[in-house]
Amino acid sequence: MASPTSKDSRWSNVLYVAPYLFLFVTLLLYPLLAGFWLSLHKADFFGGSRFVGLQNFVRLFNDKVFVGAVGNTFYFILLTVPALALIGLGLALALNRATRRAALLRGVFFASSVLSVTIVTLLWRVVFAPDGGFIANVLNYFGRPSIPFLSTESLALPAIAITTIWWCIGLPMMLFLAALQQVPRELYEAAALDNAGRWKTLWHVTLPSIRRTFALVVIIEVVLQFQLFGQAQLMTLGGPNNASRPMVLFIYDVGFVRWDVGYAVAAGQILFGLILIAALAQYLVARRKEAF
Amino acid sequence: MPGIELKNVSKTFGAATVIDNVSLSVRPHEFMVFLGPSGCGKSTLLRMIAGLESVDAGEIWIGDRRVDQLAPGDRRVAMVFQHYALYPHMTVRQNMSFGLRNVRLAEAEIVKRVAAVAKMLEIEHLLDRKPGQISGGQRQRVAIGRAIVKEPQLFLFDEPLSNLDAALRVRTRLEIAQLHQRIEAAIIFVTHDQVEAMTLAHRIVVMNNRRIEQIGTPMEIYSRPATSFVAGFVGTPTMNFVPASLVESTNGFASVRLPDGTLVHTKIDKTALPTSQSFKLGIRAECVDVCAIGEGQTAGTAHFVERLGDRTLIYVRLSDGTTVVAEDAGDSPVQLNDHVGVKFNGASAHLFDDQERGYHAVPDVGA
Repeated sequence: MASPTSKDSRWSNVLYVAPYLFLFVTLLLYPLLAGFWLSLHKADFFGGSRFVGLQNFVRLFNDKVFVGAVGNTFYFILLTVPALALIGLGLALALNRATRRAALLRGVFFASSVLSVTIVTLLWRVVFAPDGGFIANVLNYFGRPSIPFLSTESLALPAIAITTIWWCIGLPMMLFLAALQQVPRELYEAAALDNAGRWKTLWHVTLPSIRRTFALVVIIEVVLQFQLFGQAQLMTLGGPNNASRPMVLFIYDVGFVRWDVGYAVAAGQILFGLILIAALAQYLVARRKEAF
Repeated sequence: MPGIELKNVSKTFGAATVIDNVSLSVRPHEFMVFLGPSGCGKSTLLRMIAGLESVDAGEIWIGDRRVDQLAPGDRRVAMVFQHYALYPHMTVRQNMSFGLRNVRLAEAEIVKRVAAVAKMLEIEHLLDRKPGQISGGQRQRVAIGRAIVKEPQLFLFDEPLSNLDAALRVRTRLEIAQLHQRIEAAIIFVTHDQVEAMTLAHRIVVMNNRRIEQIGTPMEIYSRPATSFVAGFVGTPTMNFVPASLVESTNGFASVRLPDGTLVHTKIDKTALPTSQSFKLGIRAECVDVCAIGEGQTAGTAHFVERLGDRTLIYVRLSDGTTVVAEDAGDSPVQLNDHVGVKFNGASAHLFDDQERGYHAVPDVGA
């Protein structure tokens, strides 16, 4: 088998994977390693670079703003992901029928997903604005004072969360709808003959049948919401007093405003690690075969 | 146990009628089979009885209860689905007890029933497994068990054997027949497989094109088919149909001439026939014999020979081009392209008029 021709052909096989390998190395592997290497340096955009070991990471753990940003990110995930999963599921259950009205409403609820973050935040800034905003008008109508959502520490992140839920609800709804369509109709018929009412059918037939999708939606949304940036940048700039500053905004400010590139990349490594954990969880869930 | 009565039942989907004014009654403890080709409406009719499809007109009665407007769960029927429809995330035990829990049966009674049925169906060792962990045949038993524990007044089977391989299908068929001996309820069983229908049924309802063609015992269906559709659908190979015209006869029975000139003397009462002159002779392969040339009523060429082991089917082309299938012994000496004589056993022949209605030999007369 070790004839020259077969060896030649084996080498020529490399050509088939070369385009992919090239992209993989240049766009994924190299930036990944370069990023890690950069995180061990004190560096800026003007070529100044000095090896500092793990000092950037030590600095991060002692940086109140960074630790606060990590906390904000987790808090934001807690605010958005359960709501996205549950509201998405509720919408899917309500709209999983073949009527024209359901089709229309599916379109309506998915429509917000196609808007850009700029439009979405513009819209919701108008809703939240204390002077003449939508909520302010409603409150004033009932004789109540306006609430400055985006400039109140305890309300800024929840306001961004509401905006995000409104913006992102389409994807979980569609994933749940797809899963609901996969449940065999015979199962529902068997449940009807088994005297199961609506709630029993939901609890014992529908929900167990889509639990993998539920896990998938939660993980996808966790990964997505870890990357919160545009909404915070455009609505609050991370304020007031860093109360709505997520990790990505921290990285952006440190890297592109303060030009402390090594430090920003070190924070990026930590974000990368967190998302990696979530992605691995998704991989495990997707791989696990249910006994069907 | 009560009987079941369908009175003028119809169903439409938009402009399409899927069940057209069907009436039939199922006796207590009867094993009734709905037989027909795909799309004839037999499954729809079964699902209407189960309550899974609405009834647009007519009434369905189980005993003295009118059920056609009741929810499926309130009809006291149990159904075995074609694809089993077991709840995939529940164990076999949970699958069987789910329906009983929902009607709030006492826990001790549930345990007792499930244990008894599991023993009867020999699935006790599977009770704690999930459907994904057992074989197709075992799932089928669980699906049947889930129906039995409910102690329904009527069992509905929707092509339950079509997912099993050939050997398992024969065994399960036998088991379903035995099961019927042990339960008191009536069974309605839908199939497109005539062998299942013939072997299982007390009576068969042959359906075609949204209507009932004939209701009768398997032997009635086989030997006195009401229409040419029934005659052609039941029996393997398909009954021979040859255009035939009536000729004069003196003994009171109809005699017909086939297009190639063959004269066939039937045992069909001539006076029962309509005045229409256009008939089809229907005769099964086992009533057509091959013989030496000159011995039969006609002759032809064997243009196809099918050896089935216990018997041989010989496709004989007559002089006018008509093909009839004759049956011969398993070790038949007939070879392809042989010239053979053909003998029609006219006493077992049927005639079908231009309305497709069948006429049969007068029983126990003459031969």
